[in-house]
Amino acid sequence: MLRLTCPHCGVTAEETELTPGGEAHLRRAGPDATDAEFESYLFARKNPKGVVFERWRHAHGCGKWFIAARHSVSWQVFGTYPAQTTEPPADLIETIRAAIPTWEGWQ
Amino acid sequence: MRRYSVFAIAREAMRYHEGWERAWPAPTPKPRYDVIVVGAGGHGLATAYYLGKNFGITNVAVIEKGWLGGGNTGRNTTIIRSNYLQDPSSAIYEKARSLYEGLSRDLNYNVMFSPRGLLMLAQTEHEVRGYKRTVNANDLQGIETRWIGPQEVKDLVPMINLHGPRYPVLGALLQERGGTARHDAVAWGYARGCAAMGMHILQNCEVTAIRSENGQVSEVETTRGTIGCKKLAIVVAGHSSVMAEKAGFRLPVESMALQALVSEPIKPMIDVVVMANTVHGYLSQSDKGELVIGGGTDGFVNYSQRGSWQHVEETIRALIETFPPISRLRMLRQWGGIVDMTGDRSPILSKTPVGNIFINCGWGTGGFKAIPGSGWAMAELVANGEPGPLAADFGLERFREGRFIDESVAAGVAH
Ligand SMILES: Cc1cc2nc3c(=O)[nH]c(=O)nc-3n(C[C@H](O)[C@H](O)[C@H](O)COP(=O)(O)OP(=O)(O)OC[C@H]3O[C@@H](n4cnc5c(N)ncnc54)[C@H](O)[C@@H]3O)c2cc1C
Ligand SMILES: [Zn+2]
Repeated sequence: MLRLTCPHCGVTAEETELTPGGEAHLRRAGPDATDAEFESYLFARKNPKGVVFERWRHAHGCGKWFIAARHSVSWQVFGTYPAQTTEPPADLIETIRAAIPTWEGWQ
Repeated sequence: MRRYSVFAIAREAMRYHEGWERAWPAPTPKPRYDVIVVGAGGHGLATAYYLGKNFGITNVAVIEKGWLGGGNTGRNTTIIRSNYLQDPSSAIYEKARSLYEGLSRDLNYNVMFSPRGLLMLAQTEHEVRGYKRTVNANDLQGIETRWIGPQEVKDLVPMINLHGPRYPVLGALLQERGGTARHDAVAWGYARGCAAMGMHILQNCEVTAIRSENGQVSEVETTRGTIGCKKLAIVVAGHSSVMAEKAGFRLPVESMALQALVSEPIKPMIDVVVMANTVHGYLSQSDKGELVIGGGTDGFVNYSQRGSWQHVEETIRALIETFPPISRLRMLRQWGGIVDMTGDRSPILSKTPVGNIFINCGWGTGGFKAIPGSGWAMAELVANGEPGPLAADFGLERFREGRFIDESVAAGVAH
């Protein structure tokens, strides 16, 4: 079972206490976006075999949203951080780079 | 390739079974093929088979990174049905189901298709209304299903508890020609059929890169060398996004774990397939006597072919209320497969942004039942470069255009 530490309340929660919320850091296409951009925002997913950035809600806890950086094969968790941000923290990116030198980056 | 028959068995019985040939050879890759199919699951193999059978295209390789049928095709709970709500779904799933009826004869391989009858239990008022609607839709689509009341459910499934306190059984949607088939045999039968037409099945051969020239696919890099092709069909289920990335585009797909489990073998206790969608569980009994049980998917991206324990627990907990005898059984094995989920829970059979690359994916939790129909439609798409009537509605453009084929509300569960 997956266990993630909620960055808001500090609880290390088991998966049953959390609700998954899909790919993180999607950028909403603006009013003058093309159809293709909007389609990509709504539907196209990175779905990587490797490092995923993913939204979670501490549903049966403090109720807040956060983002987890995780490996989709090994289930290794690199870190979690509050969802009120548009990109992953720099130190977390360093941690992942150190663990996986061939990582192509989060975008 | 020699045909299997009662005479072949008699002949081999006389000579210590020394004359059986390999069901399919293990060839050396050619430098180039007309069509390469990536993925030797049921859908990839069926695509190749109907390319040969319906279109005479036989210079084909099916490339598989592991062993054929080792993906979801060999990991599923083998439920076959076509009682879908939307017309495009019913058309392709019913095409598949009707091909299953004659598949053993067509392939000269016993796929053990068993149309034993399939029930989708209604355990809430909402489901009663939903399934009655499906029966009406199926009527218009020419698919034989009917609504049955609780007593008829009890007659078909004597061990069922109709009066569960939380989820009473209010009736069921019955498809009498739904059922199961032997999953490995489907893959093996198609593989043998492909090999008989001279196609190459290249196992232990992973596609690691896809190259194109002037927007047209030209070759693939594999762990057994570079192989050229005129057309490429990507049929890799849970790994669709990985392959699409190699070809330079993204898909509206997420890969998640779906698990199943089997009990210890017991005497026959249920001779139909039962799906209980409200509680997310389904059940049938294999010829060996094991109860084959499946549930819902995990909710997050996962490529590990392992699921979360609580899903197994949730599935069993739910089923025990409706099928009390299960509580006495020991479970023997549990496993997972990585399923390719789309937003509308319908598959994708489509052209792609790269010329002559075609993709077949998104069957998610329910594609075993579709294998023959999907292969049929995909072969048409690959051969003609344009979808035929079965595949036309399943193109990638449906997402941009908002033409979803929404089966998520119709089924609401893995199957
Ligand atoms: C637990 C479980 C229960 C299910 N129950 C049912 C059910 O009851 N009824 C039903 O209809 N459906 C069910 N399904 C769904 C069904 O199994 C799938 O939809 C179907 O088998 C998909 O077949 P496929 O040929 O597309 O994929 P797969 O059988 O997964 O084949 C894809 C193949 O591609 C190969 N591959 C991947 N990447 C590469 C690469 N780079 N190079 C070469 N090869 C590659 C893989 O190794 C794999 O063998 C279930 C699935 C699971 C996991
Ligand atoms: Zn919290």
